[in-house]
Amino acid sequence: MSPAAQIQTWLDERFGWAELIAPLKKKTVPHHHLSYWYFLGGMTLFLFIIQVTTGILLLLYYRPSANEAFESVQYINTQVRFGWLVRSIHSWSANLMIFTAFAHMFSVLFLRAYRKPRELTWVSGAILLLLAFGFGFSGYLLPWNTLAFFATKVGTEVAGQVPIIGPWIMVFLRGGPDVTGATLTRFFGFHVAVLPGITTVLLGLHIALVQRFGISVPPQVENEWSRSPQQRREIKFFPNFALRELMAWYVVLGVLGVLAALFPWGLGTKADAFAPAPAGIKPEWYFLFAFQTLKLIPAKVAHIDGEVLGVLAFGAAGLLWVLLPFVEPKRKAGGYRAVLLCGVIALAYIGSMTVYGYVAK
Amino acid sequence: MNYSQIPLMGKLRTPTMTYTFQVGLASVFLWFMIPCALAQTPNTCLDCHSALDAPLNVNATEFSASIHAQKEVTCVSCHGGDPNSPDDAMNTKAGFKGKITRKQIPELCGKCHSDAAYMRQYNPSLRTDQLVQYHTSVHGKKLDAGDTKVAVCTDCHTVHDIRPSSDIRSSVNPLNIATTCSHCHADASYMRPYGIKTTQFSDYGKSVHHEAMAERGDLSAPTCTTCHGNHGAAPPGVASVKNVCSTCHVFQSQLFETSPHKAAFGAAGLPGCVTCHSNHQIEHPSDVMVSAGEHSICTTCHTDGEPGLKTAAEIHTQLSDLQTRIARSKEILDRAAESGMEVGQAQLDLIQATDALTKARVSVHSFRAAVVAKETVSGTAVTEKTYQAGLQALRERNYRRVGLSISLLVIGATLIGLRFYIREIER
Repeated sequence: MSPAAQIQTWLDERFGWAELIAPLKKKTVPHHHLSYWYFLGGMTLFLFIIQVTTGILLLLYYRPSANEAFESVQYINTQVRFGWLVRSIHSWSANLMIFTAFAHMFSVLFLRAYRKPRELTWVSGAILLLLAFGFGFSGYLLPWNTLAFFATKVGTEVAGQVPIIGPWIMVFLRGGPDVTGATLTRFFGFHVAVLPGITTVLLGLHIALVQRFGISVPPQVENEWSRSPQQRREIKFFPNFALRELMAWYVVLGVLGVLAALFPWGLGTKADAFAPAPAGIKPEWYFLFAFQTLKLIPAKVAHIDGEVLGVLAFGAAGLLWVLLPFVEPKRKAGGYRAVLLCGVIALAYIGSMTVYGYVAK
Repeated sequence: MNYSQIPLMGKLRTPTMTYTFQVGLASVFLWFMIPCALAQTPNTCLDCHSALDAPLNVNATEFSASIHAQKEVTCVSCHGGDPNSPDDAMNTKAGFKGKITRKQIPELCGKCHSDAAYMRQYNPSLRTDQLVQYHTSVHGKKLDAGDTKVAVCTDCHTVHDIRPSSDIRSSVNPLNIATTCSHCHADASYMRPYGIKTTQFSDYGKSVHHEAMAERGDLSAPTCTTCHGNHGAAPPGVASVKNVCSTCHVFQSQLFETSPHKAAFGAAGLPGCVTCHSNHQIEHPSDVMVSAGEHSICTTCHTDGEPGLKTAAEIHTQLSDLQTRIARSKEILDRAAESGMEVGQAQLDLIQATDALTKARVSVHSFRAAVVAKETVSGTAVTEKTYQAGLQALRERNYRRVGLSISLLVIGATLIGLRFYIREIER
């Protein structure tokens, strides 16, 4: 008996391994011309795994205090063997993860994969994207450089605009009235303990729901298959789909390698609370559309503070987005068209405002 | 009621007032006129003079913006008369003085500005020795000798729209002083009787001092009055030039004091600093000034083969060498940084080399190669270290690229393998 077979027998005798993996052996995945969009979820998961791995490695050297954070990241970048690579991969994979999560979300929207019975899969996914924003926002401050310092200042000020509880949220996030070393310690706690804990639970739920309900077939493909059942095609999850997913992961790894090696993540200059904010300071690209929108809203709109109005509008839009499967108009064709239109408008808005945010002074 | 407590009244009006009139006026002033005065102070002088043509015209807007008007020093304070009565406004019995002659101007201004107790109530930090200083100046001496063409207070400070020197619109604001002086000193026909050059203003305009003042907005940069004095304006003598320059250039002056040039210049009757740097057209000093080459200043006095010129050449080599090394380190660090390499510490270290070059340039004033070398050697060591850091960063960059290429090859081969394997199992 081969060593692999011996291990399998050992596990089977104790945990009923064969029974456990039996569903995986039987599991199939629909295969059609839109199947490639399925890989985005797996790619996001792969990037999250990279985030966790590189994050743990960074933790070995990172020091979360205002006096040492910048120097420790500088040390990682310059002195630790392959430290630059680990940090660069951590930063680039964070950005790629948010990008693939966005793409995954819009692909689910346009392929209508959020329909019954997958409403909770959509909700958990949308919350996971918000958590990814939280990771991005909290992690951005950790190197304690000038850009991060002022971006956090602006970002927490925006949070402070929420009516009634806004000031409390701002003080809670900052650990005081201003962005200080206390904010850094707090953000570090969010980044390495609170958010990973919540994300792991929610990610587990999201994946469990995907496994429970299987992968959705887009309505147009379903119609085609109904008309001509001989076109229906499914492939085995393992190894056929898993190997294709593995190929997608390798592509991501290659892209990540190119970005990390050719464009290593910079460090900037150490944050100085007494220095003036750099001119034209902007947040990370995934917050840019919201930032630019808030900049464009007039100071007062019908006696209401413009920023407050903007924050409330984004909050309402975000809530509607998360609850999309429940608020979608029930008229079959018309409802879909309305959601499709909303999706296209949202994508066009986010894209154009991001570009505008980049070119605007 | 003590009228001397009321600004200017005690100074300019008391001799003409009777006691009864003073009491009466005080009563009216206290119980009736104060509210009216607060609302509007009548000034019949301006009523007419703002409508008259030059030279009798006074611009009411300019006057009201002047420091004197703001401190309630009005026409009567200088010209006398009674501004409240159109009939007595120009009555000599009311103290009217009319036009103040140029000869009288310094003494008239000095009446208030030399009175420390009086000036204290307006500006306790304002000096009150202007008149005394003026009489020591070339301007003051010539005026005392009867030359009324020389500058008096109003030539520099203007007449009716005098503003504090801190006001950028003031003719004596540091930014405007050179222009103010140039009104006379750049006028060849006006200066001809005095036999002095009129190129100072154009020369100053090309100087490093003017650049600092006008282009960089550095108000502490020298202008005419910094070196010549303001109220006591006079050209610094040969012996004093070094002292004037050393008020800012302290280290250069100290080094010059111990240099071989100190005695040599003294013996030749040459003024210290300006011999090499000139006076008004002080341009950016460059390293070629201290050399044996074409643009050398040293060759003005030293000839080939002299020890002095050899020292100059040696100092020039040291400075040029350090500057070249700094440029080399900067170039390689910039290249590494553009490639995304972290060279922040090395870039920070390189500042020490630039500082060493600055110190070396200052120590040139010792005119001793060994003193300059002390600074250039430490700077050279820094440039070597930073250059090596740049080289190491570029080596690391290349190493990364090789690693990336190998990784991409492995990833590409794996992808091809997987594709073939999938095709195989699905056949």
